[in-house]
Amino acid sequence: MSKNSNDASHWLDDKRNVKKIVWALVIVCSGLLIAEGFYDKHPHFAIEYVYGFYAIYGFVMCVGLVLVAKWIRKILMRSEDYYDG
Amino acid sequence: MVDFNPGLIMVLGGLLVPLLSSSVRRVVLLALPIAGLTYVISLQVGTTVTADFMGYTLEVLRVDKLTLLWGYVFHIAAFLGVLYAIHEDDPVQAAMAQIYMGSAVAAVFAGDLITLFIFWELTAISSVFLIWASGTERSFHAGMRYLVVQIGSGVLLLAGAVIIFAETGSIHFGHIGVETFGGKLVLVAFGIKCAFPLLHNWLQDAYPEATVSGTVILSAFTTKLAVYALARGFAGTEFLIYIGATMTAFPIFFAVIENNLRRVLAYSLNNQLGFMVVGIGVGTELAINGAAGHAFAHIIYKALLFMTMGAVLMRTGTINGSDLGGLYKTMPWTTGFCIIGAASISSFPLMSGFVTKSMILTALGVEGYWFIWAILLFASAGVFHHSGIKIPYFAFFAHDSGMRPKEAPFNMRFSMGIAAFLCIAVGVYPAPLYAILPFDVDYIPYSPAHVITQLQLLMFSALAFTFLMLTGLYPPELKSTNLDTDWFYRRLAPKFFLSITTTIQRVNQRGRRILVGTFDTIIRLLDRYSSMQVVFIWINSASTMVFCALVLLCFFLILFLTSI
Repeated sequence: MSKNSNDASHWLDDKRNVKKIVWALVIVCSGLLIAEGFYDKHPHFAIEYVYGFYAIYGFVMCVGLVLVAKWIRKILMRSEDYYDG
Repeated sequence: MVDFNPGLIMVLGGLLVPLLSSSVRRVVLLALPIAGLTYVISLQVGTTVTADFMGYTLEVLRVDKLTLLWGYVFHIAAFLGVLYAIHEDDPVQAAMAQIYMGSAVAAVFAGDLITLFIFWELTAISSVFLIWASGTERSFHAGMRYLVVQIGSGVLLLAGAVIIFAETGSIHFGHIGVETFGGKLVLVAFGIKCAFPLLHNWLQDAYPEATVSGTVILSAFTTKLAVYALARGFAGTEFLIYIGATMTAFPIFFAVIENNLRRVLAYSLNNQLGFMVVGIGVGTELAINGAAGHAFAHIIYKALLFMTMGAVLMRTGTINGSDLGGLYKTMPWTTGFCIIGAASISSFPLMSGFVTKSMILTALGVEGYWFIWAILLFASAGVFHHSGIKIPYFAFFAHDSGMRPKEAPFNMRFSMGIAAFLCIAVGVYPAPLYAILPFDVDYIPYSPAHVITQLQLLMFSALAFTFLMLTGLYPPELKSTNLDTDWFYRRLAPKFFLSITTTIQRVNQRGRRILVGTFDTIIRLLDRYSSMQVVFIWINSASTMVFCALVLLCFFLILFLTSI
């Protein structure tokens, strides 16, 4: 378990490769947005007709989730041994 | 052959386990779930076995499609849990785990409320040993709190059963409904075990304190037994839709800021139960199929996720996101299995969660619950965010913690491998799962619209995570305790009682002081008017008494003589 100075270098250690993953994600997301135009929609709710609804909803709600959770932390966070004392 | 409740195989087998030598024990532990599963497969739908007990007719075995589905998946989970723990040498924990898993199976196959109650309580009592087996003071206290809540659920169940019997004259466990008082009590009993909002916190409190293998086993049975019981007794109860929707949404906020990764999984377990409860509340065939199918898929991917985090805890000694990172370098198998579990819980297409959860969302669409549907969609994105990304990211990637732990032992990897295989198999080829659902399935999960919209939701959630990480907006993992409803009984209640006892003490002391003071004053007053004492002192001497008596005697003598 000790730190090994002779670690084999890993593909992810290179910052450029991490950047590649981010770009790949952006490309996949763009592809999914384009793909939406190529099939017939049979939705249950009118809002699903909005182009890119799921993409926008997923992005906005996730950012909102994290920002709200950060705010909740201010109220709920205590020290690790809060109940031990 | 007379049929019997299949749960008894593991319950009775578990009792023998401590008597066996360690090598025989390992074989028996693995054989019991296999024997149970084989027997469940051989059971015919419609079979019932009754027994008379103190004037009641107990339905000790009931077989229908709903019980069989749970019977299959509980035995699969039992086998995976045992295999995962097979290197451990703790006969008490192993025995209690078997009894716990067996009693969960037995409760599912119980056809009446009394038999259900007996095994309901047995799951509570046996499972606490999986928490106590950690051997820490923290786990002891968490286990005690867990036990109180679980036993309490059983007591409510029994009270409800008694009232239902008084009203209907039957203890049969069929549809109960919330119209009667007895039904309401039973719903609360199920709700506690199912971790309904505000009744939920035993789950996040106790599960992360259990042993490495204990949490894996606990995660599969108690709450899903409650889901089964709800599906049996309260299908179509609209109130459950709102309860379930709340359950999907609120735990994810806690999961985002929680540092203990096993507790994060406990929060997402709570969130997944919400999807099932919504399905039960909607109550249509599609919705019940979705809830039951999701329970099946969920048991396996949740166990898989807890297995991977258990392996991390075992190898590094910590499960805090703030201490971990970079473990993929030396634990590649565990990392891979974790990603498969994470993809399943996130409902990626070709993963088990996708083919089951989408049925619940579609059922909501068919019935027109747009607001609930929107909440569940948010919760789906949220669960990907905290379970799908956060768990693997902070444990295995993120910043390099410098730790280079060994890969998990072979039996653990084997168990994780089977679970991962099942996650993918169910996702790629859902037909066998659909065939064992309670109702006939007329549902196609892999339509272009389903796949593309789900992928949009997930990949844009991933984009949001990346965006928050790159901009530094994402909250860092911090060593912390986050307050939840357990604060009320771990902090508020003790403080409240402490203030009551100090108040009583103060009143007591002041009362005594007042009383003593009053006596003091009386004595002092007496002292002041002590001149009055002279009279008494004068009478007090013996000679005066004799003198008085003589005077009286003379007086009466004179009276007597004059009256003659």
